[in-house]
Amino acid sequence: MSWETVIGLEIHVQLSTDSKLFSGGSTSFGAEPNTHVDLIDLGLPGVLPVANRGAFHKAIRFGLATNAEINQTSTFDRKNYFYPDLPKGYQITQMALPIVGKGSINIEVDGEEKIINITRAHLEEDAGKSIHDLFDGETGVDLNRAGTPLLEIVSEPEIANAKEAVAYFKAIRQIVTFLDICDGNMAQGSMRCDVNVSVKKSDDTELGTRAEIKNINSFKFIEKAINFEIDRQIRILESGDSVVQETRLYDSVKNETRSMRSKEEANDYRYFPCPDLLPVVISDNELKEIKDNLPELPDEKERRYVEESNLDSSEAKIIASSKTMANMFEGACAKTNDSKLVANWLVGDISALLNKDNIDLQESKLTADNFALLIERISDKTISGKIAKSVLEEIWETGDDVDSIIESKGLVQIQDESLLEKIAQTIIDNNPSQVEAFKGGKDKLFGFFVGQVMKETQGKANPQSVNEILKRLLS
Amino acid sequence: MSIQYKSIKELKNMLNDKDISHTELVQETFLNIKNNSALNAFITLNEEESLKKADNLDNTPSSGSLAGIPIAQKDLFCTKDLKTTCGSNMLSNFIPPYSATVIENLENAGCISVGKTNMDEFAMGSSNETSFYGNVQNPWGENLVPGGSSGGSAAAVAAGIVPAASGTDTGGSIRQPASLCGISGLKPTYGRISRWGMIAFASSLDQAGPMARTAEDCALLLNEMCSHDEKDTTSINEVIPDFTENLNSSIQGLKIGLVKEFDLSKLDNDVVQVFEESKKHYESLGAEFIEISLPNISLSVPTYYVVAPAECSSNLSRFDGVKFGKRCDNPKDLEELYIKTRSEGFGDEVKRRILIGSYVLSAGFYDAYYKKAQQVRRLIKNDFDSAFKSVDIIMSPTTRGAAFEAGSKGDDPIQMYLEDLFTIPANLAGLPAMSIPNGMIDNKPIGLQLIGNFLDESRLLQAAHNFQISTDWHLKTPSSNKS
Repeated sequence: MSWETVIGLEIHVQLSTDSKLFSGGSTSFGAEPNTHVDLIDLGLPGVLPVANRGAFHKAIRFGLATNAEINQTSTFDRKNYFYPDLPKGYQITQMALPIVGKGSINIEVDGEEKIINITRAHLEEDAGKSIHDLFDGETGVDLNRAGTPLLEIVSEPEIANAKEAVAYFKAIRQIVTFLDICDGNMAQGSMRCDVNVSVKKSDDTELGTRAEIKNINSFKFIEKAINFEIDRQIRILESGDSVVQETRLYDSVKNETRSMRSKEEANDYRYFPCPDLLPVVISDNELKEIKDNLPELPDEKERRYVEESNLDSSEAKIIASSKTMANMFEGACAKTNDSKLVANWLVGDISALLNKDNIDLQESKLTADNFALLIERISDKTISGKIAKSVLEEIWETGDDVDSIIESKGLVQIQDESLLEKIAQTIIDNNPSQVEAFKGGKDKLFGFFVGQVMKETQGKANPQSVNEILKRLLS
Repeated sequence: MSIQYKSIKELKNMLNDKDISHTELVQETFLNIKNNSALNAFITLNEEESLKKADNLDNTPSSGSLAGIPIAQKDLFCTKDLKTTCGSNMLSNFIPPYSATVIENLENAGCISVGKTNMDEFAMGSSNETSFYGNVQNPWGENLVPGGSSGGSAAAVAAGIVPAASGTDTGGSIRQPASLCGISGLKPTYGRISRWGMIAFASSLDQAGPMARTAEDCALLLNEMCSHDEKDTTSINEVIPDFTENLNSSIQGLKIGLVKEFDLSKLDNDVVQVFEESKKHYESLGAEFIEISLPNISLSVPTYYVVAPAECSSNLSRFDGVKFGKRCDNPKDLEELYIKTRSEGFGDEVKRRILIGSYVLSAGFYDAYYKKAQQVRRLIKNDFDSAFKSVDIIMSPTTRGAAFEAGSKGDDPIQMYLEDLFTIPANLAGLPAMSIPNGMIDNKPIGLQLIGNFLDESRLLQAAHNFQISTDWHLKTPSSNKS
């Protein structure tokens, strides 16, 4: 009898609004503790929340992009529990009537497409942070994050394994970054997820008892935590015991999940409608305006790149899948005509550099303008592709302008055929044994001669011309 | 010249005619406050700041409609830099960094906030006996309660110390003390006055309002207290009329509803008699009486005691010893910080309601209690909506009797909860309602309740003012009573 895993994800997406969900407090990251906290965030007696419409518009964008039902009237509820970083003793959330209803998203794992249904996506306020390790046995509270708008995206339990879960999370991240509703920065906690995992026998119709793993914020940890949890549950079931419904924490150092609290210890959140907030009503016009201004999503971009820019579908997919890549591609193509070459460089050398440094394109020193200029200089034969690589590396280090790098390093391509011919002849003359071997049938030695010319010209020779000249002289 | 028992209108005239300076008025007021300290009507005084404001007004006249009028503020409104306790030990050290919108509105009109008045803890009570700061005495008799929760405000006005006070009314907390202290008090339509800066008890029921000697003064105060406030999404965005405009218009033909289901036969004869006399008086003014039915009205008190505690249990969660207010000494862990802080900070009545509220919201009970109560609340509102198709206002006694003695309701909270039998329905339905003095029982005042249609405060004030220009119940004072 084989085991089947059922996984559901709750992803918390921090919406990139300037101010908080219910106050004018700033949402920017990294400020001194408790400096982005206003009266409302602090939950002072007598204060009242006012819903941030901008957050609703961002949530609606997500709904539209996932073909979801939009609830034009949505309401807020209070979720009551005590914790020091929860200033009011309750979190305002959308329990009964969320802004976004049922939707779906496509994922791809090992070349296979699958649809994952989304149950709902609702708005809620984030809590602050408790800091346990800085105050010698005491706990500090930083409320800067308190009240930051979150969109909680709840999937149906339709995810079958860790790989699919990661693919789903990546797909959600791609959409929210393309929609410009979240910066997608996982290190800063802009996206976190809770994972519900259960295991059942393949022919069982009912789901097994689930465990919820809280607050994971990296692709790698999602995968590891799920795989650990599946193994744990199967071991329990195979030994004849039953899985306990509980909340667990993933410890990335030990690579294990640990029990946090059982169902019996779980809070009774005493949800009820928040009496301070009227239902938020989105008009037809408001909805239409959001729809009309929805940014282009990866699938549409991919299609357009193939149709309009003649890219291979594989190249188009890679570029369209990342917002920063797509921006770089479109930015550079606006300044230069050779979109194929732009794509080649993006998918090739630039991707390699990104991987090497493990950074995102927006963190690099490359700008679309400078990149376009680099392509231009290759097209107009000012520099060879090989030289262009070293120019790119220089840009990567310094961010300097392409033309000034070419000039200061004297990298302009040598086009002068008679000069190149002279250099080639000298090399032939100085290497009689190689010439003999080449003529004797060692074709591979042609590369040796090219290399020698390139070395002599410090790589500045036009490679095409060098090829032609050598062919002629060696025949 | 004595200022005791003067109305706002009279004081305005005195100030205009320079019979008294602003500074003298404030000095006199503080003298009266101190002479009446036995009432325990105030928790915090604002003397220095008040004298400064008065001095400014003497030097630079203000055009504010209430310039220089001393007012007592219920200690439930946040007042910037002035301690705000809400009658609780929990907030005994709380100095708000901001002021409630209604406080700002009144002060912008020129009112001088002379102090913060005593009240039932977190506005939970009907006798002012739940205050951490001690009972308030009703000026009409030493052992009598002033009613609650706005007991300090009612006592301060009834004793003639200030012409006006702010109050709040969640289930009758303006009208019941107004009735028991012989003054006029109005709870406006829910949403008329911003709740920003009002320490919440039950958010869907809480409403601020004026307490004064006359309906006319209530109208003057209401003109300034109302505003559409973007900081309160439940605040109503409707034109605010001049509430004094129709005060003197005749009420000839006014249709007054009498609620069939309010069984007056269960009340004392004296109370019924006072009510019957007021009916006769209204008839003499040209009003006609129509019996109406509010079939679900008998469910008001139980409905209220589910909804209000539910909201209170959540609203009071923020008092946890972490950020502001009281914190217990040396808790050994987080759990103990919560338990000790809240055990020490809250009084019994507040704890009782937090327990009730947590219970009715808990998993498995929500549908049977809270959800059901909200459904009944909707039915009660519908009852009023249909009733107002045939009448202009609805009339009843405000309270079941006159002021009772402190401690007389013993340990039975149900007896105390029934104090609000007549007042609670207007809160559940969000309707404006007021109480005006309409008689005396054993030398103690008692009030008449008028309930109006949605946003129809003007009609209530008109009906009340017409009554007051032709009767003198509102002019009776504890002093005249003694002499």
